[in-house]
Amino acid sequence: MSVLQPTPGGVDPLVGVPVPAPEESEQVLRRRYVLHTLRRSPTFLVGLALLLFWVFMALFSTHVTRYGPYAIDPLHSFAHPSASHWFGTDEAGRDVLSRTLAGSRTVLVIAPLVTLLCLLVGGGIGLLSGYVGGARDEVIMRLIDVVLSLPVIVFAIVAVAALGHSVPVIILVIGILFSAPVARTIRAASVAENQREYVLAARLRGEPPFYILTSEILPNILPPVIVEGTVRLGYAVFTAAGLAFLGLGVQQPSPDWGLTISLDSHYLQTAWWTVLFPALALASLVVGANLIADGVRKALAE
Amino acid sequence: MGRLIVRRLLLIIPSLLLLSAVVFLMLGVVPGDPGRVKLGPYAPASAVAQYDHSIGYDRPILVRYGTWLGGFVTLHWGTSWNLNVPVFSLTMQRLWNSIQLALVALLIVVPLAIVLGVIAALRRDGAADRVITVSSLSLTVVPEFVSGVVITVLFVVFLKVFHYPPIPPPGADPFTRIYYLLLPAIPLMFVEIGYIARMARAGMIEALSMPYIRTATLSGLPRRRVVFGHALRNAMAPTVAVIGTQIGWLVGGLVIVETLFVYPGIGYLIYQSAIYKDFPVLEATVIVVAVIYMLSNLSADVIVALLNPRVRFGR
Repeated sequence: MSVLQPTPGGVDPLVGVPVPAPEESEQVLRRRYVLHTLRRSPTFLVGLALLLFWVFMALFSTHVTRYGPYAIDPLHSFAHPSASHWFGTDEAGRDVLSRTLAGSRTVLVIAPLVTLLCLLVGGGIGLLSGYVGGARDEVIMRLIDVVLSLPVIVFAIVAVAALGHSVPVIILVIGILFSAPVARTIRAASVAENQREYVLAARLRGEPPFYILTSEILPNILPPVIVEGTVRLGYAVFTAAGLAFLGLGVQQPSPDWGLTISLDSHYLQTAWWTVLFPALALASLVVGANLIADGVRKALAE
Repeated sequence: MGRLIVRRLLLIIPSLLLLSAVVFLMLGVVPGDPGRVKLGPYAPASAVAQYDHSIGYDRPILVRYGTWLGGFVTLHWGTSWNLNVPVFSLTMQRLWNSIQLALVALLIVVPLAIVLGVIAALRRDGAADRVITVSSLSLTVVPEFVSGVVITVLFVVFLKVFHYPPIPPPGADPFTRIYYLLLPAIPLMFVEIGYIARMARAGMIEALSMPYIRTATLSGLPRRRVVFGHALRNAMAPTVAVIGTQIGWLVGGLVIVETLFVYPGIGYLIYQSAIYKDFPVLEATVIVVAVIYMLSNLSADVIVALLNPRVRFGR
């Protein structure tokens, strides 16, 4: 960036003539159009409302609910839903409503971090692989095929069984597994950009590859990156909850939904409320994340 | 065409080798040894060492991998550390249980999803389209154990139409077996329905916009003939492709669903062998799943190619 760059609407320091305020660039107009579409998309707004509700509950649920999520009351275990316990109580007499509202915490810590990680790792690999091309690109893509040749949950089970289940391990494992599909998408987008004039121009100027990848190509393939990010968020919730359900996530007495459903599914027939409400809560969060992804995808595609 | 299939089949082999090595290495770094797991925390170290020696665990990991690989290829998959039964027959028996469950789910959901997708395409942007698109996609994104729990509460606790756990009594006739399998099959169907319906809808919309449909309509053919005779066949290629990739999703879903319903399939076997660190079983089941996954992707590609006349008759 030169200090001699003309300021729009000001005076060009080199020539001394006024610089006309430029027409708003195509990118700015596009961004404004996308935001406009999103504000009017019921799909996106409903999804956002659901997500924000659970973020709010993750942060403040203990201020809203009458009982603490860990407060036991053994004399009133397995109480049916009633006026005092809207969603009933579980085997330790803990209030199911309080636990359900607090249960979003672990998923909402894991899923965004997984998304961030897989965008960074997968995006980096995809950009680089598409840029270098040739045999190295081929090798990277075959390795990615290997990762994609197994259902994520199966790979994650093996990895978590081997490395132990702590929250950082889970974030790392899911994040790395999700990097494979992200890398594939981003690579496809970046390969298409590689042959465009502006990339060739940057190469001819002798810009370093890092600059070309991050400052030239990346801004131009932002739409697929954003779509991939929102889609991955939904999958991350899905997978993290699945691992928690298999007992490979956080442990008792966490009110985590997946864990609660797994533990209390033994009481499914006698105390269905202990399982049904966390299940519905998890469903609403997953659907919310996917509605956001769908809305964003449609807005960016138009 | 035949050349293409052979080439793709050959590509599967290095992928499987790499995958098996990765899994073996991952399991090799696990702290604690199988003898300790098997004999418990109070067993003397000498007994643990003897057990490890008896299963060959005291040798270097590369030697163990080589032995395992040689055995795997010749179908000598070893013995389960945990259940003390041959891994091969155990895996195949559980796989058969899973296939039954998956077949019940697929045979119902594939036609249903295609019909829903076609209806949505024919009523494009109408109320029916919106209802079908939104509800099928919502069902798809909800984790299997969540829909499984809700379904069970509804059908077992309140309506009392299904049995829980859904294990048919031994010696039950095929219809009873299918009836029992319906309950765990429903969450699997939910996971599949969204993508299949979406692809059927997209394929149908695209096919209906083709010039030959206009020609057929303008030449006075009845609407039904145009839709089912001309458009449907061409609309099916993307749908078939997505069903092939969904088989992989199904395997992932089987792990969750079988664990929820304590159903003795290969998914539950993977889960149990991971929990109890039964590595011969885990390694074998993972490779079996990967083979199924790769072959289903390949066969989807082949079927798509066969549905396309340009490929079928050679270019």
